[in-house]
Amino acid sequence: MHQPQEIAIYIHWPFCKSKCPYCDFYKKIDCNINQDIIITEYIDALRRYRQILPERIVKSVFFGGGTPSLIKPNNIAIVIDEIVRLWPITENIEISLEANPNTHYQTMFQDLKNAGINRLSLGVQALNEADLHFLGRTHSLATARLCLREITSVFDNHSADLIYARPHQITADWKNELEEICTYGLKHISLYQLTIEENTVFARKGVKSLDEEAAVQMYEMTRDFLAANGYYLYEVSNFAQKGYESKHNLTYWQGGDYIGIGPSAHGRICLNGAHYATEYPFIHTQLSPQERAEELLIMGLRLTNGINKADFKKICGLDMHDFVNEQKLNFLKESGLLAETPTHLFATRSGFLLLNQLVLELCS
Amino acid sequence: MTDLSLIRNFAIIAHIDHGKSTLADRIIEYCGGLQSREMTEQVLDSMDIERERGITIKAQTVRLEYKAQDGKTYLLNLIDTPGHVDFTYEVSRSLASCEGSVLVVDATQGVEAQTLANVYLALDNNHEIVTALNKIDLPSADVARVKQQIEDVIGLDTSNAVEVSGKTGAGVEDLLEAVVKYLPAPTGEENAPTKALLIDSWYDSYLGVVILVRIKDGTLRKKQNIRLMSTGLDYVIDKIGVFTPKMKDVDVLHAGEVGFITASIKSVDDCKIGDTITDNRQPCADMLAGFKPSVSVVFCSIFPVDSSQYDALRDALAKLKLNDASIEYQPENSGALGLGFRCGFLGLLHMEIIQERIGREFDLDIITTAPSVAYKLYMTNGVEMTLDNPADMPDPSTIKLIEEPMVRATIMVPDEYLGSILKLCTERRGTQEDLTYVGNRAMVVYKIPLSEIVFDFYDRLKSISSGYASFNYELIGYAPADLVKVQILINEEPVDALAFLCNRTEAEARGRQICGRLKDLIPRHLFKIPLQASIGGRIVARETISPMRKDVTAKCYGGDVTRKRKLLDNQKKGKQRMRQFGKVEVPQSAFIEALRIGDN
Repeated sequence: MHQPQEIAIYIHWPFCKSKCPYCDFYKKIDCNINQDIIITEYIDALRRYRQILPERIVKSVFFGGGTPSLIKPNNIAIVIDEIVRLWPITENIEISLEANPNTHYQTMFQDLKNAGINRLSLGVQALNEADLHFLGRTHSLATARLCLREITSVFDNHSADLIYARPHQITADWKNELEEICTYGLKHISLYQLTIEENTVFARKGVKSLDEEAAVQMYEMTRDFLAANGYYLYEVSNFAQKGYESKHNLTYWQGGDYIGIGPSAHGRICLNGAHYATEYPFIHTQLSPQERAEELLIMGLRLTNGINKADFKKICGLDMHDFVNEQKLNFLKESGLLAETPTHLFATRSGFLLLNQLVLELCS
Repeated sequence: MTDLSLIRNFAIIAHIDHGKSTLADRIIEYCGGLQSREMTEQVLDSMDIERERGITIKAQTVRLEYKAQDGKTYLLNLIDTPGHVDFTYEVSRSLASCEGSVLVVDATQGVEAQTLANVYLALDNNHEIVTALNKIDLPSADVARVKQQIEDVIGLDTSNAVEVSGKTGAGVEDLLEAVVKYLPAPTGEENAPTKALLIDSWYDSYLGVVILVRIKDGTLRKKQNIRLMSTGLDYVIDKIGVFTPKMKDVDVLHAGEVGFITASIKSVDDCKIGDTITDNRQPCADMLAGFKPSVSVVFCSIFPVDSSQYDALRDALAKLKLNDASIEYQPENSGALGLGFRCGFLGLLHMEIIQERIGREFDLDIITTAPSVAYKLYMTNGVEMTLDNPADMPDPSTIKLIEEPMVRATIMVPDEYLGSILKLCTERRGTQEDLTYVGNRAMVVYKIPLSEIVFDFYDRLKSISSGYASFNYELIGYAPADLVKVQILINEEPVDALAFLCNRTEAEARGRQICGRLKDLIPRHLFKIPLQASIGGRIVARETISPMRKDVTAKCYGGDVTRKRKLLDNQKKGKQRMRQFGKVEVPQSAFIEALRIGDN
């Protein structure tokens, strides 16, 4: 029988209690919203997507934000139940939620688990008090630690985020935080280098990112340190124990279909051989095979395994070697920044930190 | 016809910024040439660029009627001339077509270098001169001192000098009375064979080529058969008229008058400035002396940023040349910049103006190379050649001697700045010829290589004298030079567009300067890029652009991909604006900035 195509569902909750100075995400700072009405809209949107995408099987759901842990667990349950009602799901479906450390940890995580969440991602961001403050986080170091212990005991699958390469951060301090984060038995760790984005509080205050060379050194140290502790780098900023890579996020990087629910949420779907970029609530823009191919390069090279050339062709319909600038590809390979096997194209360790440039070269 | 004694043809001459175009506005207004609602500032400066920069580039002419105090109505032909040294040629042409000059001197500033130069040009043309002391409305005007200075420095009698204000219009009538009274009427024989001077010509998109003429003898009429004597080409006059300053048709122009004709002439090239126009059935016996052809002194190459715009650039240059015969250009092929043109100009300002007009009037993005002067090369095999393009530099071992053009520069400056001016001239390899004082102003004369002044000399002069120094120069011949060609290598490859010729003593410093600038102008690449300056294979300066180490987005998930793709699109467009040298991409702006003259 025909195997239905897999799809991932992203649920965006663009609300936060406070704005973090490094964040340029779309979000509203509001506590007085009517959650039930918004959830009803989300349910409507899911039903509409069901109408145009009936033959799918859901492999992952991701509650992101914003601060999705502000959604009441019963509303989470309503969304998950509706998804399960609308589509079949894979046996090992991954249902993730991003949460901030907070003082309700004793009941909250269990409630989320009961609502259907099976993977919790905790936004720790720093493991020292001063930097938590600098990053505008409202939780204390002690709370972060308690929450880390709690999620590893409540959930079987879990992740934590840290932000590093903070201005003036030194490698030795960062190493201490890495040592600590590796002690909790997390299955997955995301480590993001701080970048000062436009339209953020940091940009307005003139905060400067860490010196480039220092950031490179810190990245390399981090990669080695995590590998030595059983976490391998599978994407630019993501480390996992084998088999615990985020299924949902791999969908983005591998060019799979996903729908986005919630203000400003994006999706990518393939319908009758045509590619569409979707934007909530229901805007569909068709993408040319070339545009889709560019996206596959942008996203796929972020993985340490790189791009599966057969998948590339299957998704966008173009042969990768026909699409990329072959002369530039050869030069980048000769320069040791890209490497190619019969099945894959991937960035080497030295090329990995230059991905934006590599993609630009390949596409021009 | 007007009685010749009731005609006055005169030019207005002045140092730049002494207010002659504004004064001309007041004269036109006074004589009712234009209603005040038709007046704009600097009406005779018709190009946008002239008004914006506040300078006159093309001489303009206007015919006015003035009812004088003696009760007679005089016909005045006024010619507004450029003040900048680059356009001396334009001035001398205008002066040849009239009998007198109004010398405008800013009463707050006094005599400046171009006041002198222009007065000498007027005297060379046997002009009578009426002096107008301008800007008397300003509290800092010092009429007595400036009069004394004019007598001392120029030797002009100022007893008839008129005090005027171009701003308020005060004294304009006195000035016109002085023009009528002291400037001579033209002479000419109405019944002699037609003899007219071709003062200027330009291309008008409606009328074709328009010729500005001064009738010396005889008349020019509509439908008259004329001959341009130097080419022997015959035409029939279609249209004949005067500028009031609007074009106004007349039936006939008489001896002594200034006006325009059109005659279905296709190309300005056929209208040699200074040519003699006569009747082809009854030609005059001999030609007028004419003018020396203009000489290009500064050369540079101009390339389109987008190589597909080569044809558009060629058309632009051709159109500009229609109105400005002093532009010279010929096709050039650069390894780095593709097809373009090697161009010659009257000076640096002229070059800048043409570059700006190409961008502004033709909407073309261009790259220009470092300006150069024309050197004389004497080869060991006895051949003599001219070199104005670094790309044409022969093997130095085949050159016996190189000579560079020299100028005599006259600088006037308040004495507190004299020390720094002398230092500047010495740095620029100048040798002092004269140093005199007029009150608290010094006048110094230096012999300086032209190559030293075509760069930033004028800017430097202005900046070290707080704007008070004025400057003029004339070409005086050639002197031996120790010239070298400096190559700039990007990633070990010489870039012809960045090569330049200069004196050996300055080669290292300028090579270092350009490498240093390029280091900041060329973005980092995925690999290390050496930048070098070399003279005949010997590296004299070196910089290195270190490779890029990190350019990766920390977070990139499903909601980021659209933004990332659009960013990629923009980056691709940015890349297309780059020039490729081997593997190195150089932004267009780097050429302009790297070759920018002056200090960092």
